[in-house]
Order: sequence, then structure tokens, then C-alpha cells
Amino acid sequence: MATFDWAGVIEFLPQLGKGLYYTLLISVFGIGIGFVLGAFFGLGRISKNKFIYGISTVYIEIIRGTPVLVQAIWIYYALPLVIKSLTNSDFTIGSLTAGIIVIALNSGAYIAEIVRGSVQSVDKGQMEAGRSLGLNGKQTMRYIIWPQAFKRMIPPLGNQFIISIKDTSLLSVILVPELIFQGRQIASNYYNAVEIYTTVALFYLVITLLLSFTLRFIERRLDV
Amino acid sequence: MIEVRDLHKKYGELEVLKGVDASIKQSEVVCVIGPSGSGKSTFLRCLNMLEEKTSGTIIIDGRDLDDRKVDINDVRAEVGMVFQQFNLFPHRTVLENIMLAPQKVRRITKAEAEKRAYALLEKVGMSAKAHSYPRQLSGGQQQRVAIARALAMEPKIMLFDEPTSALDPELVGGVLEVMKELAREGMTMVVVTHEMGFAREVADRVLFMDKGYIMEEGEPEAIFLNAQNERTREFLNLVLK
Repeated sequence: MATFDWAGVIEFLPQLGKGLYYTLLISVFGIGIGFVLGAFFGLGRISKNKFIYGISTVYIEIIRGTPVLVQAIWIYYALPLVIKSLTNSDFTIGSLTAGIIVIALNSGAYIAEIVRGSVQSVDKGQMEAGRSLGLNGKQTMRYIIWPQAFKRMIPPLGNQFIISIKDTSLLSVILVPELIFQGRQIASNYYNAVEIYTTVALFYLVITLLLSFTLRFIERRLDV
Repeated sequence: MIEVRDLHKKYGELEVLKGVDASIKQSEVVCVIGPSGSGKSTFLRCLNMLEEKTSGTIIIDGRDLDDRKVDINDVRAEVGMVFQQFNLFPHRTVLENIMLAPQKVRRITKAEAEKRAYALLEKVGMSAKAHSYPRQLSGGQQQRVAIARALAMEPKIMLFDEPTSALDPELVGGVLEVMKELAREGMTMVVVTHEMGFAREVADRVLFMDKGYIMEEGEPEAIFLNAQNERTREFLNLVLK
């Protein structure tokens, strides 16, 4: 290739736009569900209930200790086979659904540790003050501990959201038609890999910058 | 009002309370004094179960804390606590700090809680700061708000855990004034303190604790002027110099 052809990228923007749509879709639902999982298992890690603590620890360690790529392959290829043989049905899973599950499970484990750390960083005297007023454990958590912990979660959560958004690029291996998947298709047909992948990278950069600004805005709003 | 029998508390091998007996009547003001590590804060914290006792009996306002039918949250609602480090809720204004528990625990309306909060702020001399956040206040102001917060539950008993120990000397007086006022009104109070002047002036009875025991107890004059126990005299000699 003699020169770069940046203008040529324009004709592929609609196809990349489709990829962007899937990237955003999976990011939003994956991270949204991941946050719920993270809150649950993060509190599970602080729980006095040994069973809940055990489950939470096993989940977090397995997810953190294995590559996202392998997790995607497990969920998309292996999980349906297991369910099929266990239930004797023709269970299948769509690549989009599998993608959302992967991002949710993966981000959930990291978010759980963020939640645990933030909640534990709130001074122990806060729990004592709440309980001494007659509030029960749940009320103290909800009205006193959680609001303070949440504010501290925002910077590390922002970090994790950005990592998870970029992790969606690995879902091309399970045929999710997201940005990288589209980019690879175009690049292998038109031999313009540098231009296309650079454009794709700019897409990611724009998403993550918007996210950073939004989180910084929220953080300032909470900083009364 | 408070009955404590043979109270023991161990942290692993370390026994902090080695059999404490105490009986505190309604409207009585009891100051607990003693060297650090004597177990006085632990004793106080056992009374509302912020520390779980190892053995012994605690009866608060007729309710045995070991009784399975007794809900500890109900007991705590009747027992206000003021901490050395204030422990105000930093994300809530002064007013919101005071209004939270009465609304959530006593189920009173927001308007009623607000009325009560303003009245209490008036009482502790903090009305002007109703809409401030705790970190905008001095230590003494925070502690007065913390007292108002505890009083908002209309408790029958107030526990004070070294309420002035974290304060700059010039701020101690304001907090002690509020406590004296409470004592005059007939509040049942247990005060762990290093303020010997306060103990002498306000207490009906002084307990001297050392090494996990109540070594001596009596009226303030008896303790401060005519202590019988050797350890009490040594301690008072050191702190009253």
C-alpha cells in the first residue's frame, strides 16, 4: 500500500456505526447488570453469612483469574452444550446474549471488589452511630454507609467501565457484530487495516471520553 | 434503670472486663473514671451492645439483653450514645443528621421530626448551623449536634463515651454545659470521662475502674477527697495535679 486512504473510510462509516450500536448495547446492558451483580457480591464479601461469603469469593476469584476471551468461549460454546446434555433440550444462546452475559459476569466480579473496598473504607463509627440510634443493620447500610461508599466508588467504577467497554472488543471471537468485528470484516476485504482500525480506535476513545466527563460531573454533583 | 451483673468481656485471650457489677437508678448521673485500658469504654459499649459481652447479665429498663424476645434495636432506641469522635453523618446536614432516626425508627412524620430537630438545636445552641454540614463545624459544635441527634430519639438513658476527649480545650466547656443541663432535667446518664471537674460537680456517683474491675464507687466527694482504695488515690493524684 503506497499511501493511506483516509477519505475512503467514509463509505464504511454506516457499517462501523452498526458495530458501534452493538458495542454500546452490550456495554450498557453488560455493565448495568454487572453493577447489580457487583453490589450483591461485593456486599456478600462483607457478609457474616459463610455461604454467601463463600459463593461471592469463588465467583470473584474465578472471574478475575481467567481471561475474558476464555470466559466468552465458555459462555457461548461450552455453556449451551452443558445445558443441553443436562436437560436433554436444544438449548442455544445468541452471540449478543452471550456477549452481554460475559461482560456482566466479568465486570460484576471487579465491581464487587470496588463495592467491598468502598463500603469497608467508611469509618466504623458510622455504623456504630447508626445502630446506636436504633436503626437496624439494613437501614444503617442504606441511609448512612451506602451513600458515603457510593461517592468513593465513582473513580474506580469509571476505570472499570472503561475497561469493560474495551473488553467488548474481544466478543468478536463469539461473532458479536460489534466494532472490532465490523472493522476486521472491512479491513480483510479492502486492505485498509490501518485506516479502519484507527477509526475504530477513535470510536472507542470518544465513548470513553464521554463516560469520563459524565462521571466527573456526577462526582462533582455529589461533592456537596 | 440499668442492672449489670458479673459482666465479662474477652477479646481472644485478653480479658478486658473481669466481672463488673453496677446498678444505676433513674435520673442518676454516673461518671466512670479510670486510666486508659481500664475497660471503662468497653463497659459503656456493652450497655447498648456495640460490644458483645462474653458473659454476665445486663438489664436495661427492665429488658434483659439475653432475652430472645428483646429486640436490640428497640433497646438501642431508648439508649442514646455520644461518641468521642462524634460520628456525625458527613453526607447529611445538621438537621438531616438529627431527623433521620426519629423518622425511620419512631416513624414520626418529616414535619414532626423537623420541629423536634429545631427545638433540640435551640437547646444545644446550634440553631444557626441547621443547614451546615458536619465538616463545616468545630469539634465542640459537632459534639453538641451529636448530643441533639441522640436526644431526638427521646431516650431514657444517655451514654457518653469520653465526649470531650477529642476537643480543643476551649471547646470543652460548651459541651459540658449541655450535659449539665441534661443532668438537671433528670436524664439518666452514664459518662465515661477524664473531666474530673465535671464528675465532681455533676455526678451523683463516681465509679473508678481499673484493670477490668470497678475498684471503688461512691459519691464524688467521697471518691475525690477520701478514696479508700490505693489505686484510686494513685490515679487521682496523677490526674488532679
